[in-house]
Amino acid sequence: MVIDWLPSVLIVALLALGVIGALRRVNLWRAGQPEKVNLIAGLLAMPNRYLKDLHHVVERDKYMSRTHVATGGGFVLSMVLVLVVHVFNVQERIVAWALLGALALMLIGAFFVFKRRLNPPERLSKGPWMRLPKSLITFAVTFIVLTLPAAGILPEGTGGVVLIVVLSIGIVIGLGELLFGMGWGGPMKHAFAGALHLAFHRRPERFGGGRSTGLKPANLEGAVIGVAKPSDFKWNQLLGFDACVQCGKCQAMCPAFAAGQPLNPKKLIQDMVVGLAGGTDANYAGSPYPGKEIGNAKGSPTEVITAGLVSQETLWSCTTCRACVEECPMMIEHVDAIVDMRRFLTMEKGETPNKGSEVLENIIATDNPGGYAPGSRTNWAADQNLAVMKEKKEADVLFWVSDGAFDMRSQRILRAFVKLMKHANVDVAILGDEERDSGDVARRLGDDATFQSLAKRNLATLGQYKFKKIVTTDPHAYHCLRNEYADFDANGALEGVEVLHHTTFLNQLVQSGALKLDAFKGGKVTYHDPCYLGRYNGEYEAPRELLRSLGIEIAEMERSGFRSRCCGGGGGAPITDIPGERRIADMRMEDVTETGAELVAVGCQQCTAMLEGVVEPRPEVKDISEILVGQLVEEVH
Amino acid sequence: MPHKIISLISVGRHPQSGRARRSDQDGRAVELGLKLSGSQLEVVHAGDSEEPVLRQYAGMGLAEITILEQDQSMDAVASLSTYLASRDADIVLTGVRSESGESSGMVPYILAEALGWPLVARVADIVEIKDGTAEVLLALPRGQRRAATVKLPFIATIDSAAQEARQSAYGPGLRANMVAQSGANELDELRANWSEAPAKPRPKRLKMVKAKTAADRFKAATAKPAGGSGKVMKNESTEEKAQAIFDLLIEEKVIR
Ligand code: SF4
Ligand code: SF4
Repeated sequence: MVIDWLPSVLIVALLALGVIGALRRVNLWRAGQPEKVNLIAGLLAMPNRYLKDLHHVVERDKYMSRTHVATGGGFVLSMVLVLVVHVFNVQERIVAWALLGALALMLIGAFFVFKRRLNPPERLSKGPWMRLPKSLITFAVTFIVLTLPAAGILPEGTGGVVLIVVLSIGIVIGLGELLFGMGWGGPMKHAFAGALHLAFHRRPERFGGGRSTGLKPANLEGAVIGVAKPSDFKWNQLLGFDACVQCGKCQAMCPAFAAGQPLNPKKLIQDMVVGLAGGTDANYAGSPYPGKEIGNAKGSPTEVITAGLVSQETLWSCTTCRACVEECPMMIEHVDAIVDMRRFLTMEKGETPNKGSEVLENIIATDNPGGYAPGSRTNWAADQNLAVMKEKKEADVLFWVSDGAFDMRSQRILRAFVKLMKHANVDVAILGDEERDSGDVARRLGDDATFQSLAKRNLATLGQYKFKKIVTTDPHAYHCLRNEYADFDANGALEGVEVLHHTTFLNQLVQSGALKLDAFKGGKVTYHDPCYLGRYNGEYEAPRELLRSLGIEIAEMERSGFRSRCCGGGGGAPITDIPGERRIADMRMEDVTETGAELVAVGCQQCTAMLEGVVEPRPEVKDISEILVGQLVEEVH
Repeated sequence: MPHKIISLISVGRHPQSGRARRSDQDGRAVELGLKLSGSQLEVVHAGDSEEPVLRQYAGMGLAEITILEQDQSMDAVASLSTYLASRDADIVLTGVRSESGESSGMVPYILAEALGWPLVARVADIVEIKDGTAEVLLALPRGQRRAATVKLPFIATIDSAAQEARQSAYGPGLRANMVAQSGANELDELRANWSEAPAKPRPKRLKMVKAKTAADRFKAATAKPAGGSGKVMKNESTEEKAQAIFDLLIEEKVIR
């Protein structure tokens, strides 16, 4: 027949256009800064990363994971077979049947996508995403009909010219979305960018069950420090932004968004996409930054981001809680991007808001954020009879006290922990006045110069002494020491040293019988996971086991473990203090109250401060070490 | 016509840690200078061009800092007065006193004398410069201000009540140009004869506040001291004025 050739020509043409678009897209990413990746190893690892790591996250939503396997798997398989059957004209029936099978699978998946889109939750983006299930269905149905003759179900030439024309329209709609749209920035871009993002991820350690949460050091020698323009990001960060499927899982978890602060991690990533491609956010069809209208943001790869694309308050609203990163099925790194842009604001513009500048100045001049005399760091321990490394030189455990030393509430936690260690006869020493702020706050506020200087000086001090373990009650210092100092530890001060959070350490003591505890007889207890202990370091079990060892049955909050909601105290957020409609700490306390608990156990001085800052009446707040101290079995001699 | 403004800076000392830092009042002098003349502001330091603290000043957005290179034992006044005499400035801004060294607060006075300029002490703000005069707000205790009009050129010492220095940004501070020229080589003899020792904390004279409520305490802390102990003498003769001061000094046991 005359226009029998039309379908195959269309397929080839759309495929070619898609490839051109994709190459153009690749060029947009290449505007970013160089970053070494292993191309071959990455590409080889990609399928496994998709099947295991990505699906591990998607699996949390069973409906969506099955739907995606059917649709995505069905599509990839059908696309290959479409080329075999309809372009290369392989006449084997069995291949045609396989194609029909793949298309049917995809059709079923597409149907479920369609169903979800009937009444989509707020977190999902609308706009072009609403038409996606229809395009998917069009694609599947079109090719099913087109393949029927090859499979021998219909005689060749059924339907004549009219059918061919109708099917050709179906091809244009279906393949237009799936191939053309993939290269030219339609919703299907996520498949192409997502696959490459998995292959060239900036934190390959995250795959295979690993964890990589330490921030990357800023280059302090560059012409500009931090990220001013989209092209200042590494190329694979730009690629990562492009992988976003606008599922809004990050938005649903973000405490700042829930508090009505002007931050929405999904919108932020989409704004980065606007920045890397150039244009405005007018086509964005998701939830806005609370309190900010859509349509006013515009940018390009070479324009300063905070000069029209993203407002500074948006960047300072983040508590760096990592809930978004944990939840993102595309493994996008929001926190890295936010801190990169903060670095520019702090180190290039000197525009850290509110108390930020004062705190940074204090840290620089006194090594603690409060501006206290460095010589008063050990005053809290005047009556504790603690050995100091300067004299002792060697100990099993180095107790990293952190800046809680200057705060009267935190000192209660420190004293409780010391008492427990004494009870268990731990060979412990502190650095005393030689200790300095870990640099956590400076780094999260974007001042990496100060962080790096503190890290190096602390490491030089640590390098003078011998110890097997560092234990700290502060998850933020814990994170720095364990995950971020290694980049600066040229002399191996921490080599072979185990860095532990006090709950992990105490749990070891209890399990080994070195600490004897009475059963707890108070009321209901719940446990709040500190972000920097849980999501940053994967320690969810030790604190719970400790509570259980007191005979406590934990009344878990709905958001606990890796989904724990931030207390609002991280990332320097209480210092930059961006106004919202609610306070994050209040929302967390509501979570606590919902469990009916009378006591909330925490493992962080910052969480303690934030949660205790909630107006009474409210459940009591105690660090786990304070709870344990109350239950110590005093031995009578 | 833009006015030529020069801010003088020194190496400060943090009150708690004793570490070198951007001096608080000098920082304010730079801040006020930036407000008055933006990128035209000239910032001058007599000392070591390698001094890292200068980068903290530069981080306020200064493209360059002029350094009159000299050893620590040399007198800054000699370098500064020679330099300032050659610069034809309208206003020179300094802190009231330095945070390290002799900290006598004399530098601005000696400079003013050398240049033959008036000195305006404890300035909180310079509101406007017009027709060769500047409208200045002087800082008085308890948040009060006195407006004054001063003819250019003059030297102003900047009070701690002036606008706080802006945040220092690391990158620009690192990249700023340190333009060094040799300063005068005059030994600071006074300083050389001094020996420095840590100060002993002195007992504070207690002020009895008999306030019962928070509002009373607040008033006691902020209100102008009322009462007849102060006297404004305008029309009296010079002898009478001198006698009054003399009497007061005896009364306060300053002289016996
Ligand atoms: S950033 Fe990740 S979690 Fe957020 S919308 Fe995009 S894909 Fe979903
Ligand atoms: S890290 Fe936390 S606060 Fe920041 S964007 Fe992600 S979810 Fe929101």
